Amino acid sequence: MIVFALVQLVPGDPIRLALGTRFDQETYDALLARSGLDQPLVQQYFSWAGRALTGDLGVSFRSGETVTSQIAERLPATLTLAVASILVALVIAIPLGTLSALRPRSVVDRVATVLSQIGISVPEFWMAIVLILVFAGTLGWLPSGGYVPLTDDPVGWLRRLVMPAVVTGVVSGSVITRFVRSSVLEALGADHVRTAQAKGLTSRQVFTWHVLRNALLPLVTITGVQLAYLLSGVVVVEIVFSWPGLGQLALQAVQARDYPVLQGAILLFAVVFLVINLVVDLLYTAIDPRIRR
Amino acid sequence: MTGAPLPEPAPSPTATDAGVPSTQRAARPRWRETLGLLARNPTAAAAGLVLLAIVLIAVFDETLAPSGPNEISVEDRLQAPSLAHPFGTDDLGRDILSRVVLGAGVSLRVGFLAVAFALVVGSLIGLLAGFYGRWVDDVLMRFMDVLFAFPAVLLAIAVLAVRGPGAGNTALAIGVVYVPVFARVTRASVLGVREEVYVRASRSVGASDFRLLTRHVLPNAAPPIIVQTSISLAFAVLAEAALSFLGLGTQPPNPSWGLMLAEGRGFIDIAWWLAFFPGIAIFLTVLCFNLLGDGLRDVLDPRQRTLMAGGGR
Repeated sequence: MIVFALVQLVPGDPIRLALGTRFDQETYDALLARSGLDQPLVQQYFSWAGRALTGDLGVSFRSGETVTSQIAERLPATLTLAVASILVALVIAIPLGTLSALRPRSVVDRVATVLSQIGISVPEFWMAIVLILVFAGTLGWLPSGGYVPLTDDPVGWLRRLVMPAVVTGVVSGSVITRFVRSSVLEALGADHVRTAQAKGLTSRQVFTWHVLRNALLPLVTITGVQLAYLLSGVVVVEIVFSWPGLGQLALQAVQARDYPVLQGAILLFAVVFLVINLVVDLLYTAIDPRIRR
Repeated sequence: MTGAPLPEPAPSPTATDAGVPSTQRAARPRWRETLGLLARNPTAAAAGLVLLAIVLIAVFDETLAPSGPNEISVEDRLQAPSLAHPFGTDDLGRDILSRVVLGAGVSLRVGFLAVAFALVVGSLIGLLAGFYGRWVDDVLMRFMDVLFAFPAVLLAIAVLAVRGPGAGNTALAIGVVYVPVFARVTRASVLGVREEVYVRASRSVGASDFRLLTRHVLPNAAPPIIVQTSISLAFAVLAEAALSFLGLGTQPPNPSWGLMLAEGRGFIDIAWWLAFFPGIAIFLTVLCFNLLGDGLRDVLDPRQRTLMAGGGR
């Protein structure tokens, strides 16, 4: 209902925007009736909510396609980028965060802290522009943007994926690094770790069985949060790299006052958020048997 | 988020180190103590100084800018950085340094307004939810959860679509996004303070809710909120840049860093300086707010301090 109300607040006449400047009253009325916008708002809401429950999110005012098909068309690009970014992020964050926690205040720790601060503070779109300038412009190694499906051209798919995934991955990775560092530090200080050391386990055994496992819980939480953020469309990065994801679709829908598409996209983001939270909770019980009780 | 309620830091040995007599500490605000501790953290102190410089530039932007930000000079177009134009000129011959200086005013004003809105509204909601609990807490925090579930940038874009572009609306859009963040931080902090002995004592001698909230709960629940303010300022500056980059925030010809980046993007292969300097300005400002936030957390939140210093080992 909140999705619906928020979208209705967007001013402007969607039919006028869809038709452009030259149209007659008859076409206008016909489109108005077809889109259901001549009905009272309450009725519009119930008919939308009823259909949404059955998976029918309506038809785009602008293109005439169904919202589900538009979302389905964009979903592979968004999923690809989100999964690739989270992999880049974890590859950066887990070693860097762990190393700096194992040697607090060492050179490694300071370098890691500085790097993660830089990663959090750098504007994504600026990093994207600089990477395009260097790797697509000066060196000419990678295409500056676009997306091809994996099945059509695996090499082209990978070449186009590298830069956007690195940009979003570095930012998410910097956030995760800080969490890994503090959770590993916290786990290292726990009593059971001291006991494990006292009973003569090797450092590796202590680390794998007693530290890492306890440090995993916060890592799972923050990775879930980051994944939800990446799946909801990294609008700016998508625009810079001409990546046809859901963020770009939502932005275009706002600009065109395309209510059904915008409602559909936001509803999907909310569902993604809930599903990820559920998966995180389930992972909790798998990692930490104490929670099952 | 700071999930666990944070205990009110008892006067710690470090506080005594700062040279503040304990008798004064109870009566005086803790800000002097905090500043003293902060000054001993070189990174946070440096970040604070750079920020002070950036704020001064933003306040005196029109006096400091070497030329008008919108002075067009066709013969000077796309000039590389030189003594006459240290940051170069853009495609209309406008001096980039002047535009970056004036952009500081625009970006910081939007950032401060946005965080001020989120701070006032969010903290009030968190304060009421945490203090009164029960149905007040349920209603307010469920509403915050819903707001929090929206993707931040899209929520801001939706608010801007409702209100139209412009600096004031951008501030409101970013502010709305951060309301739930402040509400959660404040609520968690208030929950920790609410049951403290001094609050119960004050209640037992008949203090009104208003007095309890303003004199006892809020001042003691403030540290995490202050830390959150600094970190949110960093993200607000980034968000303003992103929204202006998308063409939804500050409108041309006003110089906003994000807008300048968007304008410079088209010339990136022939004139790198157009996008480079505004990008550096955003990066530096955001970095300093983040570093200051970290420094403040170290000082104001002793649990984090031990953790970050490796004291957990």
